Amino acid sequence: MLLNSDCIGQRSEERSIVIEAGQLKLFAKAIGETNPIYFDEAAARAAGHRNILVPPTFGSCLKFLAPAETPSADELGLDYKALLHAEEKIEYHAPLYVGDRVTLMTEVDSIYSKKDGALEFLVRTTHITDEAGTLLQSVTNTVVMKNAGSST
Amino acid sequence: MTIDITQLAVGDTLPPLEFGPISRHTLALYCGGSGDLNPIHVDSDFAKASGYEDVFTHGMLSMATLGRLLTNWTEQDTIRSLSVRFTAITKIHATVTGSAIVRERTNKGGEDLLVLDLTTHTQDNQQTTKGTAIIAVPTV
Repeated sequence: MLLNSDCIGQRSEERSIVIEAGQLKLFAKAIGETNPIYFDEAAARAAGHRNILVPPTFGSCLKFLAPAETPSADELGLDYKALLHAEEKIEYHAPLYVGDRVTLMTEVDSIYSKKDGALEFLVRTTHITDEAGTLLQSVTNTVVMKNAGSST
Repeated sequence: MTIDITQLAVGDTLPPLEFGPISRHTLALYCGGSGDLNPIHVDSDFAKASGYEDVFTHGMLSMATLGRLLTNWTEQDTIRSLSVRFTAITKIHATVTGSAIVRERTNKGGEDLLVLDLTTHTQDNQQTTKGTAIIAVPTV
């Protein structure tokens, strides 16, 4: 195994991050978003939102913007050269807005292999909560590593 | 055309949404906008050293297209979950089209739910994602 199964069940430290307008504007531009509630504060407020609304897949970005230090990529055994994104699932409990301070905690759900070890999967869920500890979103990310030396 | 969510039935389709062609510039924007700094999407030297012809697109750009497809048609707070499986790499310069079809209409915990089957395909009809969205139907 390239991935370290000792990490299964491990929980990261809690990270705090404020959702920034500039970050969301760049994200909106990148994905071709045209609805101004996702990048213009006045338009968002006019539509009844308390600030720029965070679009559906931005929750997946928070784990990159405030990455977990433990377990580290090295501890997990991740190698970007062999890594592909396999699955992503987001469960929504409450909306996120620009200016919100949220807390992230990432848990290693599972590590397993397929095709006699040629493919190794890492599944992690990032729990996004508000300052009161209420769950806002759960983002489950699955990546796959191709194990070139797995023929044994 | 406005779609009445309360009238949607199994087999109905939602308006598809096209995104692309996805340029190197798009990938650079998404690298910065998402914070996904994996060089495989923006550094062709790194991509070649990793055994690929060239950089390839973030799968999350296809998922974002599916997210936009949904919010083009329903209020975002009706989305209960969105999940995708990436079934093939999306090459640089591809144009992806997101599609959604109603698979099931069900009731859970007193909430009327639509289960949508989602896919994205490239211009040469390669499927790149397959997913599911669960949407709560607002009570009238």
